[in-house]
Amino acid sequence: MNKIVSLLCGIIFGIGLVISEMINPEKVLGFLNIFRDWDPSLAFVMIGALIVSTPIFHFFKNKNKPVFSSNFSIPTNKEIDKKLIIGAVFFGSGWGLIGLCPGPAITSIALLNMSSAIFVISMFIGFYLGSKVN
Amino acid sequence: MNIVNFTPVSALTGGLLIGLSVALFFILNGRMIGISGIASNFLVSKNNRVDNFLFLVGLILGPLIYSYTTGKEINISISSSLILLIIGGVLVGFGTKLSNGCTSGHGISGISRFSLRSIIATITFMIVGILTVLITGIL
Repeated sequence: MNKIVSLLCGIIFGIGLVISEMINPEKVLGFLNIFRDWDPSLAFVMIGALIVSTPIFHFFKNKNKPVFSSNFSIPTNKEIDKKLIIGAVFFGSGWGLIGLCPGPAITSIALLNMSSAIFVISMFIGFYLGSKVN
Repeated sequence: MNIVNFTPVSALTGGLLIGLSVALFFILNGRMIGISGIASNFLVSKNNRVDNFLFLVGLILGPLIYSYTTGKEINISISSSLILLIIGGVLVGFGTKLSNGCTSGHGISGISRFSLRSIIATITFMIVGILTVLITGIL
């Protein structure tokens, strides 16, 4: 059952990225362009997501177990270290350079766009390099 | 600063769907969604590999189902050069792996949990993203 849930949640997430237009790098770069022509839309995407996910998380986190799995798997790392900050700096610079983050990048493969395909392949190389450092 | 191209209704609607996906994945499968984690673990880890793969397939099916059911065409615009796409892609992959999260993992799932680590990561990549756009706009 959790296989079907994984597929379904991917689909819902992907449709969310399309409707919110976060799949379009131009839209994301517009959000990051606060000093000139600013498009605040991305902030509303985050607000929309958080008003659903936050109460649900806090309501269900103390339950015994998830519906289709034996236990909850919640990140336990609380350390604010160099890797967190340096990683976020690298990510932010790549994100600001192109306007794609992992979710929209992978979702945009559906559009058979050559630029986003090159980006995704490079991103997976980055994942691999990052996993070697970790 | 001028406000341009602002689409609050579609942004909020899409955001609610993303939040629904995060919520369902947690209640049903017990995991918090982070796309960089799902994608990079699919690449390097055997744990949950099939689940991670199916989630990624779902992501790609999303736009196809949307276009098919609404009849609307999805247009995106990427004007970056080949070399920038490669540099940007590697930076995003490497950086999210190093800090264990991206816009979804830190920005949505992490902030939902009130994780200080994720709040700091989100503020950092937002500020750096804004500065990058500022600098590339000047160059």
